[in-house]
Amino acid sequence: MTTATLSPIALSKAASFEAQAVKASARRNRLLSLPALIIIGIFGVLPLIIICVYSFLVAAPYGGVQWQFSTDAYLNFLFQRDIFDDTLQFTPDFLVIYLRSFLFAVVTTVICLLLGFPTAYFMATRPPAQRNWWVLLITIPFWSNLLVRTLAIMFIIRDEGLINNALLALGVIDKPITMLYTNFAIQLGLLYAFLPFMVLPLYSSLEKLDFRLVEAAYDLYATRRQVLWRVIIPLSKPGIIAGCLLVFIPALGAYVTPLILGGGIHLMIGDLIAQQFGSGRNWPLGCAQALILMAAVLVALFFYVRNTSGKVQHG
Amino acid sequence: MAEPRVMDIKDQPGFRSIAIICLLVLYVPVLILMIFSLNSGSLVTHWEGVTLSWYGTALLNEEFHNAARNTLIISITATIVSTICATLAAIGMTRVKPWRGLAAAFMVINLPLMVPEIITAVATLSFFALIAGTFGLNFGIGNLILAHTVFCIPFAYMPIRARLEDMDLTLEYAAADLYATPWNAFRRITLPLLVPGIMSGAALAFIVSFDDFTITQLVAGPGQTTLPLYIWNQIRRPMTPEINAISTILLMVSILFVSVSFLIARRRAK
Repeated sequence: MTTATLSPIALSKAASFEAQAVKASARRNRLLSLPALIIIGIFGVLPLIIICVYSFLVAAPYGGVQWQFSTDAYLNFLFQRDIFDDTLQFTPDFLVIYLRSFLFAVVTTVICLLLGFPTAYFMATRPPAQRNWWVLLITIPFWSNLLVRTLAIMFIIRDEGLINNALLALGVIDKPITMLYTNFAIQLGLLYAFLPFMVLPLYSSLEKLDFRLVEAAYDLYATRRQVLWRVIIPLSKPGIIAGCLLVFIPALGAYVTPLILGGGIHLMIGDLIAQQFGSGRNWPLGCAQALILMAAVLVALFFYVRNTSGKVQHG
Repeated sequence: MAEPRVMDIKDQPGFRSIAIICLLVLYVPVLILMIFSLNSGSLVTHWEGVTLSWYGTALLNEEFHNAARNTLIISITATIVSTICATLAAIGMTRVKPWRGLAAAFMVINLPLMVPEIITAVATLSFFALIAGTFGLNFGIGNLILAHTVFCIPFAYMPIRARLEDMDLTLEYAAADLYATPWNAFRRITLPLLVPGIMSGAALAFIVSFDDFTITQLVAGPGQTTLPLYIWNQIRRPMTPEINAISTILLMVSILFVSVSFLIARRRAK
């Protein structure tokens, strides 16, 4: 290096130039990031702070809020004030909807994983050219309009939909089975909506799988089942966790699916929240419900961070 | 053992069938929806013959024009603004000496991906109601453009960042060795190499904005109907295959943009 022959003064000068350059580049990089940060800050983060504040206010009679402190929104989540003697009575209506949504989200995640893992594994073990086609075929529904895809499910399970028409024509049933606007419809819709969200992260994890480890396991007389459970699945844990999270979080807050397939009878959290801003005209309650949902999401994210930060390196 | 002598170590029994079932499950309902857009009968469920007339009915509808115009204004503006912001942010945040607040900035950029859509929707609604009530500010359709720009930024950001991370640094060093100023090196070397990432990011931003229903439905004011909202209004009326035709058009737009984004990314990989 030429620096070795330079005098100490020149060296310190060079160092200070370099420090200045680093400072300048940090300033420039911060400035470059600023437009995106300002837009998300004002129109993404600030609104979240506003709903935190709103959740402690009083509902105005025709929607909106009155600037008066109150914890009623949170109390109303579990209790209802008796109109006559002003006592609080435990009313689990909202809690039941939260638990139902949680159950829907868990079942969706589990079934998506059971279907998605073999699919992603099969994709990852195809020859590269074929693999690209599979990825494109899973990516298309991933980015397709959720409303339209949900509508497609609705057309199939309606009373006069394809399934009922086929069964009637075959004489299996003599009157249509009601499937639309039931829990079954919502569950089916959620599975259909979020299956690609499971397959893609699993695939990107399985694609990097080191098959020498699989070979080593077979050399050590492992059966196919043992290879799957003791080698492949543990190695793809980061992908499994990412996929479960990508399905669980949107499924828990699902809005479109229960709106269309539940017909407003079978609510999930998302519809409950939207209702407070529409016909319910109770914005603070809606904000409190949204924040309780957010808390559940943060718990899920926390588990994700904790499970991935201790990730074992292999290979 | 009955095990065949030459076995494929990658094979797992039954996985092929499950993969094919998944593909059928994902595509059959949508294909049926598309096929019924060609139904000459006026019922959505009984097949009577092939016609393209529902596309005609749909495309000539005044409300459809209005919704399509709103959708295009919102998505194109949101795509341009978010892609520019995302590109600048990706350059300022990828492969750089860590600056103070970098980790926090990264979290802010990705925030819209972590918050459930319904929460973003009611929060944005509350925000615009508040500024309308306090300052009398209402940006009209600008409200929707701003709301869309927020969630488009992380989608545009991801592919640009990925592209920057994969990029060959030696080319930039070579430019610097040949006395290119930092600006010239950026404009002549970095930016051209970044273009596929930017295009792919813009395509994704456009799709998520074009398809958005939840946030749009809650934030939209009267008369600000977009195509997904138009479909939702149609569902609540007696349905004709016109709705299948409009749905098919929307799906085609998604398929087109996904394929473009995908092909650009694949060219990069080669």
